Amino acid sequence: MTVGQSGIVIIGVGNEYRSDDGAGIAVARRLRALFPTGVTILEESGEGAALMQAWQGATWVMLVDAVRSGASPGTIHRLDARAAPMPAGFFHYSTHAFSVAEAVELARSLDQLPPHLVVYGIEGANFAACVELSPAVEQAVEAVVERLAQEVTSAL
Amino acid sequence: MLSLSAERAKRMKSRTVRVDYLARVEGEGALLVKIKGEQVTDVQLKIFEPPRFFEAFLRGRKFHEAPDITARICGICPIAYQMSACHALEDACGIKITGPIRDLRRLIYCGEWIESHALHVYLLHAPDFLGYEDAIRMAKDHPDEVKRGLRLKKAGNEIVRLLGGREIHPINVRVGGFYKAPVKRDFAALAEELKWAREAALATVRWVATFAFPDFDRDYEFVALRHPDEYPFNEGRLVSNKGLDIAIRDYDQHFVEEHVAHSNALQSRLHERNSYFVGPLARYNLNFDRLSPMAQEAARSAGLGPVCRNPFQSIIVRSVEMVYACDEALRLIEHYEMPDPPAVNVEPHVSTGYGCTEAPRGICYHRYRIDDRGIIVDCKIVPPTSQNQKTIEGDLRQFVQTNLLLPKDKLQWQCEQAVRNYDPCISCATHFLKLQIESE
Repeated sequence: MTVGQSGIVIIGVGNEYRSDDGAGIAVARRLRALFPTGVTILEESGEGAALMQAWQGATWVMLVDAVRSGASPGTIHRLDARAAPMPAGFFHYSTHAFSVAEAVELARSLDQLPPHLVVYGIEGANFAACVELSPAVEQAVEAVVERLAQEVTSAL
Repeated sequence: MLSLSAERAKRMKSRTVRVDYLARVEGEGALLVKIKGEQVTDVQLKIFEPPRFFEAFLRGRKFHEAPDITARICGICPIAYQMSACHALEDACGIKITGPIRDLRRLIYCGEWIESHALHVYLLHAPDFLGYEDAIRMAKDHPDEVKRGLRLKKAGNEIVRLLGGREIHPINVRVGGFYKAPVKRDFAALAEELKWAREAALATVRWVATFAFPDFDRDYEFVALRHPDEYPFNEGRLVSNKGLDIAIRDYDQHFVEEHVAHSNALQSRLHERNSYFVGPLARYNLNFDRLSPMAQEAARSAGLGPVCRNPFQSIIVRSVEMVYACDEALRLIEHYEMPDPPAVNVEPHVSTGYGCTEAPRGICYHRYRIDDRGIIVDCKIVPPTSQNQKTIEGDLRQFVQTNLLLPKDKLQWQCEQAVRNYDPCISCATHFLKLQIESE
């Protein structure tokens, strides 16, 4: 993967066939329509090594994933991964052994974190096999798209 | 008298080793070991990930859809499912793939072994031996090794991506071959990276050979494919060190699956002799003479003979298999001729087909019955981890029984390590994060 001149990489993480787990993918696709050039926009399953590879060489990375913390569906979490370690609850709750939080922390250990890394978590309600987002998550996806569009515009 | 009853009380004391959520395995599982006095009374490897009904929803689908549907069973080893499905369906249709398409299948399997073994050796298993809670903490003290592991994994992924169209759930594999075959020059950059990877795999063998291994072995029945000339990926007979020697199509006559209350995964056993062991150690023990000279030499210099029965040393064997997979991939690339067309035509008829291939974690068996229109009427899929469950539980029983004096935290640590000897893939269904944080 070659990072464009802007150094900005947006990574949507998730599984679009698992309802709200597809929130990150939906954000990536909508941003692609807004920024057809100048920004690298990727869709990833969340496998950690692939994520570390995806942000290699980038300066601004924004990663969006679905989360389940018990907050109300559609709640938007914003974590500055450079400022603090990923919260403990991020670990070991994926069915993948090496996932988003592990990738962030392993990159930190190896001094391979990008200069800016923001993780957006969208609280999901339904993770069953289905291609529709819940209404609250649909709204949150729109809100995250807007916020990321602003972040990208100011970073460009 | 007093001291005697105190002794008895001590003996009768119950203990449990409980791991509610096994980390560093693929999927969701837990572990429970019950000890009463000086006796291990119960061992349960609990797989609570819900069943996924793949066999049921393959019924009624066209036979050519099976490789794409079954690839979804696992994000780490989709090639194993695709290859077993393809071979079983080609068997049903009376087709045998030879020549360059067959070589390409071996090559894509090399990629899967490299990426899967690199992940397990470096990120999941090595921390156990070096005393780290996880690879993140290990990386602070061993950054060069972790970087080497990540690059090795990437090299494996690159093979899968080039031949499969993408790394996870590849889309270029079909019954009869591939949708599109690469041209020879597509391999140039990959071959260079694989030369590095082969050296890195050799360094991996040297590195893991320095680890300290608990003294442990059991009288296992190892089961793997065996081919007349090759270290096995896609073809061969099913053999064991206890006399099993059968064609793949006779699998169901010798192996049974049964449900146990504590696991959502069916447990497999041999009709005649009960539990058995599949995966790198089984392949190695039954096929050492089929490894390339370089891989054999790597094993010998790591202190391994042609047979290794200590499952803790599976990390060395996995590394030796990485050397082999890099070596074999380079050989296949060197002799590559583009298959034209990239797939042979496969016409269905009423039949049952059988396929079994060597997933990174061991044999993966598929059986399909199709009708004259190529619709799947019935199917059976047996992944490697379900076949190893009974053996894992047997290991834990013996390991705990002989290490009762270890402090509890050390015992728990080594029990988890013993489970990870098998690189269990409890499989990926959905993926989500569960977390507790304050929202803004």
